[in-house]
Amino acid sequence: MARNVPDDGKPSRNERIDAAEASGETGGLIETSVTTEDSDEHSTPGRTIIESRGVDVFYDDVQALRGVDMEIPENRVTAMIGPSGCGKSTFLRTINRMNDLVDSARVEGELRFGGTNVYDEGVDPVALRRRIGMVFQSPNPFPKSIYDNAAYGLKVQDKTDDIDDRVERALRDAALWDEVQDRLDESGLELSGGQQQRLCIARAIAVDPDVLLMDEPASALDPVATSKVEDLIADLAEEYTVVIVTHNMQQAARISDKTAVFLTGGELVEFGDTNEIFENPEHDRVEDYITGKFG
Amino acid sequence: MAADTGDDHSFGRISRSKDVAFEYLTLAATLVGIVALGILFVYVTRDAVGWLDWQFLTSPPHPDPYEAGFYPALVGSIFLMIVIALVTFPLGVGAAVYLEEYAGDGPVERFVRINIANLAGVPSVVYGLLGLGLFVTLLDIGYGTLLVAGFTVSLLVLPIVIISAREAIRAVPDSRRQASYGMGATKWQTIRNVVLPEALPGIMTGTILALGRAIGETAPLIMIGAPTTVFGVPNSLFSKISAMPMQIYTWASYPDTAFQYGVVAAASVTLLVVLLSINSAAILVRNRYQ
Repeated sequence: MARNVPDDGKPSRNERIDAAEASGETGGLIETSVTTEDSDEHSTPGRTIIESRGVDVFYDDVQALRGVDMEIPENRVTAMIGPSGCGKSTFLRTINRMNDLVDSARVEGELRFGGTNVYDEGVDPVALRRRIGMVFQSPNPFPKSIYDNAAYGLKVQDKTDDIDDRVERALRDAALWDEVQDRLDESGLELSGGQQQRLCIARAIAVDPDVLLMDEPASALDPVATSKVEDLIADLAEEYTVVIVTHNMQQAARISDKTAVFLTGGELVEFGDTNEIFENPEHDRVEDYITGKFG
Repeated sequence: MAADTGDDHSFGRISRSKDVAFEYLTLAATLVGIVALGILFVYVTRDAVGWLDWQFLTSPPHPDPYEAGFYPALVGSIFLMIVIALVTFPLGVGAAVYLEEYAGDGPVERFVRINIANLAGVPSVVYGLLGLGLFVTLLDIGYGTLLVAGFTVSLLVLPIVIISAREAIRAVPDSRRQASYGMGATKWQTIRNVVLPEALPGIMTGTILALGRAIGETAPLIMIGAPTTVFGVPNSLFSKISAMPMQIYTWASYPDTAFQYGVVAAASVTLLVVLLSINSAAILVRNRYQ
């Protein structure tokens, strides 16, 4: 296993998780969650961080995902595409257990994050979501000031040291600082749609998560705002593992390293390097879909 | 061709008589309530002229209509409102948060939800009986005290507060809750930081309107043995109190016509003004936070 020992001699996050696993603790997520502040410098790009094994999701009796196997690499952009109702958003919400909030949802199979199955009994979904941030389809800032929006996760997670610096850094990383630095106490709802979505991205990255899940983050935005968010996603991949759902195939082709194609029925039909998928798909159905013959 | 017949265009014309008739019918329905309230207000205000003055508002009741005052009932009503607000706000919001945010959708929860709506329709005299049995007889807090009156009327308006608070909580977009949970917030943090702040104006509006309902209640006060006339203001939770509608009811039964018209009118105007101020406060709160 590839391990990198950083200059400061601290063990990397991966090692800590491995250690927690080795000692038989299924609650590794909880154990390590307090020590992840410095984690991003020590990640290993390309190494599998999220691993899905035979994941089935049901809403009551309706099966939304069928036996999904996937390995999502660290510090890369992984895109999920497919027609409406194919289960791509459901899969995204399975990763940070947002499906727990839906009474009728039931998940089977294994979804490993950093080696721990997030559906193990000892895993606290709240602790899990503190390490896996999420950006939603339509911008959903709180009716609070821009500052309080960006600081929300920090306050909720009790990371209030240097909170001003962290807020500024998050807003800078989300390419929003220059537009809002003079009006941080104005309501987040006063911003334009594209700015609101970047504020939501700032809110998600302010707490320094390991993974950023994005559920069609540009679908409610105009083309200019979309291209800003796309540029931003490319930058974010330097620090974060990004998993993005999109219905826009050109967008997936532009920004992602890996692409997963879901087709109707909740099946992951093809998963691989984005170039491969778009230039030389294995399955005819995938080719038909990406060339626009259906969907 | 039809065009050469002048104004008879080839489309023909469709009769609008039902449209017009229906418009006037709905207008009439709208006006009945407003006009009735307006007439009431004009008459009662005309009768109150010469009776409603500073002396009336600051004096205790008196057998002589020219000396009679409304002060104990006015203060009693205000104290009653304070007790009711302190009781119903936390209970109502608590119940609403539970029903909207925690309770599932099982048969028990559904039964509770339906019955809270039913409770809002129970006649106030029945709540008076409940208050008499529960607070006076069983808990022995005393006939007609501020506390018993406050608790009894609180039970009466609590369903209204719960229902309006539930509406306000349900009006908070689910996307905001999702955003909060997605940030790793617990349920409590989400309720505390996202749901309640956004629902608060609606909850306050509902509570204030419920207080408006409470201030006019007479039947439950009669049932719990509130005295018809009180000469001093309450000085503790266990003081016997009167309230404005109670005092008006008492005066209206006096044989002296000076009471029946002048004093009752002055008291009614006072009650209406307090009530309308409460309702205006509710509208101000709603507009301010929207």
